[in-house]
Amino acid sequence: MLDQKQHIKLPEGSIEKNTTTLNLGPTHPATHGVFQNILEIDGERIVSAVSTVGYIHRAFEKIAERRPYYQVTPLTDRLNYCSAPINNMGWILTVEKLLGLEMPKRVDYLRVIIMELARIADHLICSSVMGVDTGALTGFVYLMTYRELIYEIYEEICGSRLTTNIGRIGGFERNFTPVAFQKIERFLAEYPAVLKEFETMLTRNRIFMERTQGVGGISAERAMSYGFTGPNLRAAGVDYDVRVANPYCSYQDFDFAVPVGTTGDSYDRYLVRNAEMWESLSIIRQAMDKLKDLPSDVYHADVPAYYLPDKQDVYTKMEALIYHFKIVMGEADMLPGEVYNAVEGANGELGFYLISDGGRSPYRLHFRRPCFIYYQAYAELVQGSMLSDAIVCMSSLNLIAGELDA
Amino acid sequence: MSLTNERIQQRLTEKFGDVLTGFEEPFGMLTLTAQKDYNLKVMQFLFDDEELRFRFLTDITAVHYPDRKNEELAVVYHLHNFQDNIRLRLKVFAPVAAPQVFTATQLYASANWMERETYDFYGIDFVGHPNLIRILNVDEMNYFPMRKEFPLEDSMRIDKDDEMFGRGGNI
Repeated sequence: MLDQKQHIKLPEGSIEKNTTTLNLGPTHPATHGVFQNILEIDGERIVSAVSTVGYIHRAFEKIAERRPYYQVTPLTDRLNYCSAPINNMGWILTVEKLLGLEMPKRVDYLRVIIMELARIADHLICSSVMGVDTGALTGFVYLMTYRELIYEIYEEICGSRLTTNIGRIGGFERNFTPVAFQKIERFLAEYPAVLKEFETMLTRNRIFMERTQGVGGISAERAMSYGFTGPNLRAAGVDYDVRVANPYCSYQDFDFAVPVGTTGDSYDRYLVRNAEMWESLSIIRQAMDKLKDLPSDVYHADVPAYYLPDKQDVYTKMEALIYHFKIVMGEADMLPGEVYNAVEGANGELGFYLISDGGRSPYRLHFRRPCFIYYQAYAELVQGSMLSDAIVCMSSLNLIAGELDA
Repeated sequence: MSLTNERIQQRLTEKFGDVLTGFEEPFGMLTLTAQKDYNLKVMQFLFDDEELRFRFLTDITAVHYPDRKNEELAVVYHLHNFQDNIRLRLKVFAPVAAPQVFTATQLYASANWMERETYDFYGIDFVGHPNLIRILNVDEMNYFPMRKEFPLEDSMRIDKDDEMFGRGGNI
């Protein structure tokens, strides 16, 4: 018997231990992304949790130190890939802040439309995946149809769907087509009924409520200490929204509410996200109305030194050719400076800390990724809860692996 | 909304005097530099003071300036006061040979992973951190990759066999 024990070489203390170690992830379907939680469980109750991240770390901050500014935009796509346009806009707005570029109102409103569409796309995934994790697949499949429509809108505007690389420094690469506006109108017309139906299915659903209420709750104080932002912080009752606190992109022109919860649990997070989808719909509606009063051919600012010109102009006009060459070769005159700019990403405050020394690429670029910062609270949130609650808690936090690891 | 950058600067100078230098306001954000050993004291004061109330840690990161002798590494804190909605940037410079800086984990729970990330990429040794290990890179890594002495591959290099990468060659 003793010989056998020596032969197996168990880790020290493993015979005496009364708990089980369980690896939740990195490829568990319920993590919805590549990250690992090493749980110590006693029966089904979680005693402690250790989170391991970094499985898809791609060193974007390092890569950005070599790239001209306009080539950093595709890197930001891959942070929170569920709402890539918000990341793109966040980066573009940061560079525009550094350079002191003023955008025409129409560009701001077009950006607002695309960012709010992205917010809806992100929130609908999170809310419906919470349904999936509690056993209701229908809502997910149903809402997916409308994420598809949002992706078609992206496609119409920029040509790609998931990693959008939408917009340019100084505006958009091209104007929104009439088809894009038609599709936005169609979305605005159809989605409210669908969202209403989805809410009817889940919001007062007994099973859903019992699975989510009181699960993964956090107090406002702890949430702030853990650096929560976005819907997760608002669910805990703190009405902090970057769109209101530091308006960018003319968000001050829009009338919208900041929904807040009280208990900070998974159910409140779900409610806050759903309420935000309604607010986003209202913002898009307002933006579409405002666009009617503005000239329909403005889609970029008049900043030839930084805005990548139309290809047709490059082939026919000397000046456009010169600027095109300078921008593409990374010779555009960047100003030295140090800037922090934040946008309200779907998961919270998405910040870009940029130091420019005037060279062709950033001297230092740091992404403040909301996911990375609030995920460290996960161990505290699930401690003492059941294993199945840990799954619900994870999906309600809306963790996106790309944003965790950068 | 009464708190202004001038007022913050005044309060901090009253309290700390010469410890704080380099007051600037790039793009409206008050930026200041603290002596290396005072980072935690300054943050504690900013946190506790009834007027300043910087109780939200937005971000911690580092920057490497290889040319600055004895202050090669800068640790940058972004703090936020939610009530007055005002932000502040605090910097601490440390020599690359002895990059010891006090941890902010007792003040902000969120500092834990942010400091681990900063350690992982820049090798800042946060004194008093409960679990200062690598977070995004592999544990076996024995260098700090975001430092400037590790340049990215030259995109114009010609010694690579392009055929191996699906470009060029005789196809």
